[in-house]
Amino acid sequence: MPQEFKLILKHLDNPGYTPDIECYLRHGGYDALKKALAIQPKDLPDGKKASPQEQIRDDVKLSGLRGRGGAGFSCGLKWSFVDRRSGKPIYLICNADESEPGTFKDRQIIHKDPHQLIEGMIISCFANDVKLAYIYIRGEMPLGAKLLNKALAEARAKNLLGKNILGSGYDLDIHVHRGAGAYICGEETGLIESLEGKRPYPRIKPPYFPAVLGLYMCPTIVNNVETLCNVKHIVTMGGAEFAKLGTPNNTGTRIVSLSGQVKRPGYYEIEVGKATIGQLINDPVFGGGLRDGHKLKAVIPGGSSAKVFKAGEKFKLKRKVDGKDVEQEVDMLDLPYDFDSLIAAGSMSGSSAIIVMDDSVDIVEALANISEFYAHESCGQCTPCREGSLWMSKTLHRLTHGEGRKSDADYLVKIADNIPGGRTICAFGEACSWPVQSFVAKFKDEFVAKGAADEERRANEKIQPKTATPVERKELATAH
Amino acid sequence: MSTAAATETKPAPPAIEKIKVKVDGREIEVPKLSPDHTGKLVPTTMIQATEAAKTDVPHYCYHPKLPVAGNCRMCLVEFGTPALGPDRKPVMNPDGTPKIAKSPRPAIGCATPISPGMEIYTKTPSVKQMREGVLESLLINHPLDCPICDQAGECKLQEYSVDYGQSASRFVEAKVHKPKAVDLGPRIMLDAERCILCTRCIRFTKDVAGDDALGIVNRGSYNTIATFPGLRFDNNYTLNTVDICPVGALTSKDFRFQMRVWFLKETKSVCTSCATGCNVLISSREEKIYRYTPRENDGVNGPWMCDAGRLNYKWIQREDRLKDVLVRGEKSSWTVALSEIADKLKQAPAGSVAIVASARQTNEELWLLSKLKAKLGAISDSVPRVGKGDNLLVDEDKNPNTNGARLTGMSFTEMGINLSKIAAGIARGEIKMLIVFGEDLLMNSVSGAKLREKELTSEVVSEHGITAELLGKLDTLIVSDILPNATAKYAHYVLPGCAHAEKRGSFTNRDGRVQKFMQAIQPKGDARAEWDFLHDLVYNVTGKNGFLTIEGLFNEMAKDVPAFNGLTWAGLGDNGVTVKI
Ligand SMILES: Cc1cc2nc3c(=O)[nH]c(=O)nc-3n(C[C@H](O)[C@H](O)[C@H](O)COP(=O)(O)O)c2cc1C
Ligand code: SF4
Ligand code: SF4
Ligand code: SF4
Ligand code: FES
Repeated sequence: MPQEFKLILKHLDNPGYTPDIECYLRHGGYDALKKALAIQPKDLPDGKKASPQEQIRDDVKLSGLRGRGGAGFSCGLKWSFVDRRSGKPIYLICNADESEPGTFKDRQIIHKDPHQLIEGMIISCFANDVKLAYIYIRGEMPLGAKLLNKALAEARAKNLLGKNILGSGYDLDIHVHRGAGAYICGEETGLIESLEGKRPYPRIKPPYFPAVLGLYMCPTIVNNVETLCNVKHIVTMGGAEFAKLGTPNNTGTRIVSLSGQVKRPGYYEIEVGKATIGQLINDPVFGGGLRDGHKLKAVIPGGSSAKVFKAGEKFKLKRKVDGKDVEQEVDMLDLPYDFDSLIAAGSMSGSSAIIVMDDSVDIVEALANISEFYAHESCGQCTPCREGSLWMSKTLHRLTHGEGRKSDADYLVKIADNIPGGRTICAFGEACSWPVQSFVAKFKDEFVAKGAADEERRANEKIQPKTATPVERKELATAH
Repeated sequence: MSTAAATETKPAPPAIEKIKVKVDGREIEVPKLSPDHTGKLVPTTMIQATEAAKTDVPHYCYHPKLPVAGNCRMCLVEFGTPALGPDRKPVMNPDGTPKIAKSPRPAIGCATPISPGMEIYTKTPSVKQMREGVLESLLINHPLDCPICDQAGECKLQEYSVDYGQSASRFVEAKVHKPKAVDLGPRIMLDAERCILCTRCIRFTKDVAGDDALGIVNRGSYNTIATFPGLRFDNNYTLNTVDICPVGALTSKDFRFQMRVWFLKETKSVCTSCATGCNVLISSREEKIYRYTPRENDGVNGPWMCDAGRLNYKWIQREDRLKDVLVRGEKSSWTVALSEIADKLKQAPAGSVAIVASARQTNEELWLLSKLKAKLGAISDSVPRVGKGDNLLVDEDKNPNTNGARLTGMSFTEMGINLSKIAAGIARGEIKMLIVFGEDLLMNSVSGAKLREKELTSEVVSEHGITAELLGKLDTLIVSDILPNATAKYAHYVLPGCAHAEKRGSFTNRDGRVQKFMQAIQPKGDARAEWDFLHDLVYNVTGKNGFLTIEGLFNEMAKDVPAFNGLTWAGLGDNGVTVKI
C-alpha cells in the first residue's frame, strides 16, 4: 500500500502546530543547524582536510537531492559549480515564486512552517560561505511574506541569524523580496534581474550562469523552497540515510500538489517513486478517485507546462528486473511518480503538480485556458516565445469562440513547433509550447471536430465557409 | 593605404592564440579571443567565427558595438564539438579524424563562445527552418507598411524575408496594435508596431550614450519601447538609434518622409562640426543633401556620431548662399577678380599683407595659403572656435581642422594669438591688405574665459580686436566665404567658396588623423572649391604649378609639410592615417 511519507510536512498540519519559533524549537527546530555548525574539519586519506562546509556539500551530493523547483537538477552538482575563487561574495536565493499553475506546495511550508525553510537556508548558506541571502516570494502571497519576515525577526532575536550565529563566528542575513506578479520571475535568471530591480528578462546562458555571474554579477545559488528544506533533513539524517528514501536517482520525498476532478485534492508528501500516478489519483489516502460517474480523461503530471498524458496511454519503459534491463509496457497510471520515469514517458514531474481531468472536461477549452496564461506571462524577450505564445492563444480563443477551422489542429502544432528546443532564452519556450504540442497530438480528433463543427455552422449561416474571422480578445488587448 | 599605415602610432596588439573551427565543413583559424563591444578581449563567439569564414548568419539584436542581448533568435545555428570518451579523450573516427558530437540543441551565434575543433553548421534544414520560424513570428504582428515606411530599402526585415523567409503567411488572427507616431524625443519618432523589440536602442542609449532613457513596458507580444513617463528621449546621440534600429520603428524627424532611400547617393565624407571628425556618409539626390549618417571608423567614431553634427547640414542649402564673384560690390567673374588680386599681391610690399585663414578649411587649402603667406611675408592666423565637449565624441574645439592649420603653419599652438597683432598692424597702417577665408571677423565674440560656457555647436569665437572700423581702413579686403556675412560687406573682393560637401579635400582631426572626404553635390552658382581657385591665385603670384587635381595637390603638400611626409591621397584610404602632431 502506498503511504504518505511526511518528512517536510511532518508537523505543519498537526493540531496546535504554529508558525512561531517557540513551536518550531519545541519540535527540535534548529538542531540541524547546531549540528552543522558543530562539524569539525575532517582529515582526508590524502592528507588534506575537509572543511565543515565541504563536508555538508559532499553530504548533499551523496544524498542525491534533486531540485524541487521544476528542472530536477542535482542540488549537490549545482552547488559544486559555484565559483568560489572569484573573490566576490556568494549569494543564495530561495525561489519562493511558486507560480506554475497547479502548484501549491511551497506556500504550505511558508505559511505553516517558515522556520523549517529558514533553517534549511541557513545551513545551505553556511555550506556555501554565503553571507547574504534572499527569499524571493511571489507578489500574490503577502501573508507568506509577512510570516517570513516575522520568522526572520524571531531568528535574528535568537542569534540564529545575524552576526556570529550561535557563537560560531559565521555571519548571515536573509531578506525577503516580494515579486510584483509575474510568472517569469520564477525563472532563476529572470528572478535575479527582478531582484536587481530590473525587468525580469531571463539572461542568456552562456555567459550568465548564476553559479558564476548571478546576482550583481556574483556567484549565486538559486534553490526552490522545498529543496532548501530538504537540506536541513539531509544534515539531520546524513546524506546516505536520505538517499535511502525514495528510489535510486530519485531520492527523498516530494510534496505533490494534486488538483482537478478528484475527490480529495490537496498536497501529499510521498517518497519519490514510491507511489504511481494512478495511486495518487485513486488511493483513498491520496486523491480518493474521481467524482462518481466520471471517467479519467487526461492527467498533466508536473504543472501546467508538462506534457499531458491521455487516459489509457501506454509507454515502453526500460526497467531493471532482477538486475537485468528489460523493456516493459506501462500504463500511464502505473508510472511511478518520480523524475526519471516521467521523463522517459515524454513528460516531466516539473513542479510535482498533478492536474486531473475527467470526461466532463472540454480538452480544447482546457488548453485555451493554459495557453492564455502563457500568452500573458511570456516576458516577450525572445521572438519565438513572444509572438508564438500569443498566436497560439489567439487561435485557441477563436477555436473556443465559434470561429474554428478543421485545419487549426495542424496550424497550432506548426506554431508550437517553432518555439521549444533551445530556440529561446529560457525554458518558458518549452512551457508554453509543450501543452499545445501534447494536447493536440493526443486529442487531435477533438480539436478537428470542434473546427469542423464551426465550419459547418458557418456554412449553414452562409458565412464564407473555411475562412474564420479573427476574434478580438478584449481581455488581453489591454496591456498590463 | 598599406604603406601610409606605417605612420600609425598605435603599437601592434599582442599575438592572440588561434584555434581551429569548421564553418559548414570549411576549416578556418580564428583568434581564441576577440574584442567585445567595449574592445575588451573575450572568448570569440560563433558569429565572429562565421564572419571570419565569410558566411552570413542573419541577426537582428546583435551589434558588435553593443552588449549582447541574444533575444531575436535569428542567429540560431547548429553545432558540434569533438566527442569525448569516458576517459575524457577525444573519440576518433576510423579515418583518424575526431568524431564530432552534434549538439541536440541549437545555439545563438551571437553569444556562444567557440572551442577548439567546434563545427558550426549554418545551412542545415533545421537552421533554415528556425530562421523561417523567427521571421514568421516577427512578421505576424508587423504592420507591413513598407510603402510608407522610411526604412524600406534598408530594412533588415525586408532583406531577411527575401533571403530566409517564406512567401505566404499562415496567420489568420487579428494583429496586435500598438502606438504609432510616438513622439519619443525632439528628434525621434517611434512606430511601436514596426518594432521587433531587439533592444538595440535601449542598449545603445544606456551602455554607449550613458543615458538610461529607454525601456520596455507591458508584456509578451504587447511589449512596447517607451521612455519613463514624462521624460523625453533627448541626448546628443539619439539619432544613432535610428541607424541601428533594424526596422523602421525609430525614425529621424528630420529625415522621415523626405526621400526614399534607394534614390539617395552616398558619399564618403567627414563631419565638420568639431575636431573629432566623425566619418560620415552624405546622402544626396540631385544636388540636395537629405541626411548624414555615421560611417564606421574604429579609429575615430566607431559607428556613431552626435546629433548636433548630424543635423548640421541645412546651411549648405541656404538660399542666400554666396553665389557670385563680387568686385567692389559688383558682380564680376573669377578671371577678373583673380587677376586683379594677383596683381595687387605681386606689388604688395613685404609685411603689408595679413591672412586670416580658417581652421574649417582643408589641409590643401591651408597649404596653398601658406605658399602665398611665404611669398608675401604675410602674418597669419585663424580663429579659435570653442564650445562644450563630452566624453564620447564631441570635442570642445569646434573647428574640424585646427591641426591642419597648425601643421601648415597658418596658425600656431595657441590659435588666434596673432589676431590682435593683425588688428594692431591695421590700426598702425602697416597692414594694408587683408585676406580672410571662411571667417566672419565681425561676428559676436566673447572673451576667452567665457568660451567654454557656450552650447555644443554654437558658433562662438574668441575676441580678437579686428573691428569694422579697422576693416574700413584697409586698402584691400579679400573675403572668401560660403554664406553672406558682415565682413564680406566691407570686402573689395568676395570669392564664393564651397561647403565640404561640394568639394574634395582632407582635414587633420584632434588626434592628427588625416581624413579625406569626397564631393557629394555641385557648388551653387559661380562658387568654386577654394583649393581650386587658390591654386590659380598661387600660380599667378608665385608661378608654382603642377597640382591641378586634388590628388596631385595633396601629394605635393605631403612632400612639403614635414608632418605629412610619406602620405599620399590614395594612401589615406577611407579611414584616414594618423600623423604626429
Ligand atoms: C518559466 C519558469 C518558471 C519557473 N518558476 C519557478 C517557480 O515558481 N519556483 C521555482 O522554485 N522554480 C521555478 N522555475 C525553476 C527555476 O528556474 C530554477 O530552476 C529553480 O528555482 C531551481 O531550484 P531547484 O534546483 O531547487 O529546483 C521556473 C523555471 C522556468 C523556466
Ligand atoms: S523564452 Fe519567453 S519567457 Fe523566456 S526569455 Fe524568452 S520570451 Fe521571455
Ligand atoms: S525600436 Fe528598433 S532598435 Fe529599438 S527595439 Fe525596436 S526594433 Fe529594436
Ligand atoms: S562628435 Fe563632432 S565630428 Fe562627430 S558627429 Fe558630432 S560634431 Fe560631428
Ligand atoms: S542576433 Fe543572436 S539572438 Fe539576436
